[in-house]
Amino acid sequence: MTSDVFEPGIQSGRLSPAEYQAQFSDLHPPLDRHEALVAADRCYFCHDAPCITACPTDIDIPLFIRQIATGTPDAAAKTILSQNIMGGMCARVCPTETLCEQACVREKAEGKPVLIGQLQRFATDHLQAQGVHPFVRAASTGKTVAVVGAGPAGLSCAHRLAMLGHDVVIHDARPKPGGLNEYGIAAYKTPGGFAQAEVDWLMQIGGISFRHESALGRGLTLETLKAEYDAVFLGVGLGGVNALGAEGEDKQGVSDAVDFIAGLRQASDLAALPIGRDVVVIGGGMTAVDAAVQARLLGALNVTLVYRRGRDRMNASVFEQDLAASKGVRIVTHAVPVAVHGNGAVREIEFEYVDDAMKGTGQMLKLPADQVFKAIGQTLEGEGMPELDGRKIRVDGTGRTSVAGIWAGGDCASGGDDLTVTAVAEGRDAAMDIHMALTK
Amino acid sequence: MADLTTDFIGIKTPNPFWLASAPPTDKEYNVRRAFEAGWGGVVWKTLGSEGPPVVNVNGPRYGAIYGADRRLLGLNNIELITDRDLFTNLEEIKRVKADYPDRAIIVSIMVPCEEEAWKAILPLVEDTGADGIELNFGCPHGMSERGMGAAVGQVPEYIEMVTRWCKQYYSKPVIVKLTPNITDIRKPAAAAKAGGADAVSLINTINSITSVNLDTMSPEPSIDGKGSHGGYCGPAVKPIAMSMVSEIARDPETRGIPISGIGGVTTWRDAAEFITLGCGNVQVCTAAMTYGFKIVQEMISGLSDWMDSKGHTSIEDFKGAAVPNVTDWNQLNLNYIAKAKIDQDLCISCGRCFAACEDTSHQAIAMSENRTFSVIDAECVACNLCVNVCPVENCITMEAMAPGATDPRTGKVVQPDYANWTTHPNNPSATAAE
Repeated sequence: MTSDVFEPGIQSGRLSPAEYQAQFSDLHPPLDRHEALVAADRCYFCHDAPCITACPTDIDIPLFIRQIATGTPDAAAKTILSQNIMGGMCARVCPTETLCEQACVREKAEGKPVLIGQLQRFATDHLQAQGVHPFVRAASTGKTVAVVGAGPAGLSCAHRLAMLGHDVVIHDARPKPGGLNEYGIAAYKTPGGFAQAEVDWLMQIGGISFRHESALGRGLTLETLKAEYDAVFLGVGLGGVNALGAEGEDKQGVSDAVDFIAGLRQASDLAALPIGRDVVVIGGGMTAVDAAVQARLLGALNVTLVYRRGRDRMNASVFEQDLAASKGVRIVTHAVPVAVHGNGAVREIEFEYVDDAMKGTGQMLKLPADQVFKAIGQTLEGEGMPELDGRKIRVDGTGRTSVAGIWAGGDCASGGDDLTVTAVAEGRDAAMDIHMALTK
Repeated sequence: MADLTTDFIGIKTPNPFWLASAPPTDKEYNVRRAFEAGWGGVVWKTLGSEGPPVVNVNGPRYGAIYGADRRLLGLNNIELITDRDLFTNLEEIKRVKADYPDRAIIVSIMVPCEEEAWKAILPLVEDTGADGIELNFGCPHGMSERGMGAAVGQVPEYIEMVTRWCKQYYSKPVIVKLTPNITDIRKPAAAAKAGGADAVSLINTINSITSVNLDTMSPEPSIDGKGSHGGYCGPAVKPIAMSMVSEIARDPETRGIPISGIGGVTTWRDAAEFITLGCGNVQVCTAAMTYGFKIVQEMISGLSDWMDSKGHTSIEDFKGAAVPNVTDWNQLNLNYIAKAKIDQDLCISCGRCFAACEDTSHQAIAMSENRTFSVIDAECVACNLCVNVCPVENCITMEAMAPGATDPRTGKVVQPDYANWTTHPNNPSATAAE
């Protein structure tokens, strides 16, 4: 530890180069071949396995694990990828502890599930390291589909459509494809440029082209898309960020967690990234945890995550909460921000404790802060969207919106959790429905 | 603590755990280490006739099959008898025996099937002070092609003849080691008994190919692209060995001949099982080759603890205790009716019992929407497959139906009396029950 960690204010270079390297290495180092065989041997090959039911993409988990166990990891990868084309990323970022691994009968039996996520990574990495793309594009249908958003939903939809013989044009607001895979997930979950490598690998199917920095409201309208393409899929995610509603939240040093994470993901030199000494993150979801943990990893001395409800209500899984605690993040619950204090720049942030019904108690908490990250949820952005269901685009089970010819999926669409794996499933299912509609 | 002292055909050892004639007992260095580790006796690796020793291959001698996490379940071996000079071995045997008078050293011998050959080597062995000899009539590879080993063991007349020579030219106990590569193990055992053998030991190794290399198309272990059937041993062969042991123990012609049990003994429990089937002691090889000599400590403590828990004070107390319960199929009680029962508290809902029963058996397990698995008594034939495939010990059990109850599968009342196939009405050659 250098003395730089005690420097107040938002500073870069708090750690040594070696420390940055170590802090942002792989959260779960990949299994080697022997470890994978040992882990695979623990699978019972359950009948109608509960892990399959728990997977939003319905991957045949017992089958792919048996394929690993019998020395055919590439066949395992194909089993995975045929259901979930982003099986590699999902293996890294899925909250398996609340999905497949929670359902694993060995979790019930011993409290130790089969390492499904890590086995999935073993198989998909094995295939993708060879640059092999196991799917073949069908003969061209002559149809062209616009996909808006190059995140997990859009890419999944595009790949499936391309595989079925349609041409796909993906429009995305960012300079690089990947969506939250590229800009939104904690760096230690997907190091080594994996997000881009996965997109490059996925693109080998052919028939997909990108239009970068092309977004609805920025030269694109749903009307023109509808007119120019045979179908439209919206996978635009949630581009807006909710406001705190606390006095003084415009002070210097207060920013959105999603921007902090995106900046970190795109940084070529972590030492150049400034971070506060006393950081406060407000929110209780994955984004809040990702921001808080990475603030610590960048060398922030004190990081406090403040959530307005109890831990059991946090969207971040218990695993994520424990990860944050293990990295030295303090978690404060039942507190809502009321004021950001400071002269121009934030100096401290004041909270009021609330009960389970969110009623103020009159008890206050002041935390020193030179940097505050807001992670209290994202919102759908854009004018002229199809009909909404609450704050998201209303879709039916196959991703159809209120407008004929427009489908939607991923975080921007109603239903399902805001997870990468859910987005992939919704993109895939919408593609199948688009295909039905275009070829009937 | 139970007394593990064993008297096997007059040879006393502090415990019933001997090392089998095999690579671990090929020389003084190993045998001394084995005795220091606590083994009760060793059967010295097989000696051949005076003269240039045999040569072994210079590539792999062993092949293996594995369970989970590369747990070695079966080993095969193409090593021959000792490839060291006869007199070197004899000198070492003499030295070690002098230093360990309380441990058994048995000398395994394999020489050509000629009286002169045996007459020549037996006095040399006698001179070492070893406690007895074991005739290697079992080695399935290499030596059998030269008319020795299994080539003798597969011809009962040869066994009897050679055993007789040994009893004639050697004063101490003679053990005949039997090959399992034969249809009926009772025949060679009877021949050994007829020849005057003091005991039989079994099983020797089983002809085997452990695997085929799918790149080179060579069996493993591969010697320059070719393989030869080797002798299979290890945990995987234990069921075969126990069946053969039990056949000798219960056949009227061979009953009573002392047996040294060999074949996959890996833990104290395996040893106890062999002893209940009539063995006076056991011989171990693969377990020692897998884990080293130290495993004998677990065997000693485990057997002793189990004997204490059962009130046995010596090996003799339970030797052969299971033999009366080994019977022929036609003697099994067809009036005994059981049903599988699933303990819902232990069940982890993997559904393996369902898959096994539904796909390959009697459709006697029901699966509910919430993955509760239950037995349909009206279909269950008590085949035990669900018990065998269930990953949770004691989760599924076979429960006997009480006499007087009605079996919902057949609609018949469970009878209290014993009745077997020999009297069953479906048996065309049934005899009326008396």
